[in-house]
Amino acid sequence: MNGVHDMGGMHGMGLVEIEKNEPVFHSDWEARVHALNLACGFHRKWNIDIGRHSRERIPPAEYLAFSYYEKWLRGLEMLLVENGLVTPKELETGRAESKASGASVLRASEVAGFLRVRRLARMDDDVPAKFRPGERVLARNDHPLGHTRLPRYARGKRGVIDRDHGVFIFPDTHAMTRDRKPQHCYSVRFAARELWGPRASARDGVYLDLWDDHLDPA
Amino acid sequence: MSDHHDDEHAREHDRPLSGPALRAKALESLLVEKGLVDPKALDELIDTYETKVGPRNGARIVARAWTDPAFKKRLLSDASAAIAEFGFIGRQGEDMVVLENTPKIRNVVVCTLCSCYPWPVLGLPPVWYKSAPYRARAVIDPRGVLKELGSGVPEDVEVRVWDSTAELRYLVLPERPAGTEGWSEDELAAIVTRDAMIGVAQVNVSERGRR
Repeated sequence: MNGVHDMGGMHGMGLVEIEKNEPVFHSDWEARVHALNLACGFHRKWNIDIGRHSRERIPPAEYLAFSYYEKWLRGLEMLLVENGLVTPKELETGRAESKASGASVLRASEVAGFLRVRRLARMDDDVPAKFRPGERVLARNDHPLGHTRLPRYARGKRGVIDRDHGVFIFPDTHAMTRDRKPQHCYSVRFAARELWGPRASARDGVYLDLWDDHLDPA
Repeated sequence: MSDHHDDEHAREHDRPLSGPALRAKALESLLVEKGLVDPKALDELIDTYETKVGPRNGARIVARAWTDPAFKKRLLSDASAAIAEFGFIGRQGEDMVVLENTPKIRNVVVCTLCSCYPWPVLGLPPVWYKSAPYRARAVIDPRGVLKELGSGVPEDVEVRVWDSTAELRYLVLPERPAGTEGWSEDELAAIVTRDAMIGVAQVNVSERGRR
């Protein structure tokens, strides 16, 4: 979706300001929201791509006004309701209408193991690669209403396959229909001038990780 | 909801908890009451990210690469396996790529679409990395951003920006600064900063003794 989350190349956002000696969390509630997201993910009612898409669907004005963990809080509320873990009324009142039945809950003793588990974005499926390193490609000029990992700034632009990362889940379908649609994911180099015109340095490049379904031969 | 929300903002200064803090507390209470989360597990998750992972992990990788050519070779050819030798594995670090800076190449990592970041080696991302200014500007004006941050790039050096659009996570291997000949791995790790491993700073000998 052409949301405000797709920020690459926007102007007017201000200076990058690095905070000295920044704490991991700026307040307790930020830490709780981070942990709640992980603990709720334990129920496997959604995948990482559905999670990203929840935050992308926050209305643009709110998305820009929210702090980082406010976005994660709002996204989590959406995920809990949309996936049936919490009813809209429960969210509104803050009171449980029923207990979760038979749900196994992440326990403190399981946290270390839970965080070390390799989640399976990389797949073993034997899918042929459409492109080889060094080949020229054209990123598709496509504007889906749903989730996509092809940013607007690269659409319709020409690049070169830098390396083939192997076969991965395709997030664009995984977020919308849970279809993993395994296919090759590549690092694609776009010359800075191809993306941004003559103001950019002729030397520089931007590398994006894109999938077969984002690319055509150029 | 919006009226209620506005009220909360108006009274923010009189209250111990602000809008999102209250919402987060209410949500946690609800999820505990429903039997969906265990608050002790939340404590453990928070402790992990506050005390057990962070840029010190990545600094050890960099220092090892600077002192052990065989490790560096493994790191650049199969970063996930080389980093796993240190036990830095798991969530948001499943598939790692290490990018080597040279006198002619500067690498910069960003996630323009969200906040992808290599948690096992750098911890959770700082606010600036997740902010609109960095996400917007790193791809269109990396030289301007680096200059502002005090790390300007000469014209004859190539800047490579890596937009983390997949489940690959990037770590920059900065250049080892002159004047560190004979330093131990621990001494070297102590001068490697988080920002150098994201690519917006270079490693500076003067970092020594600051921490």
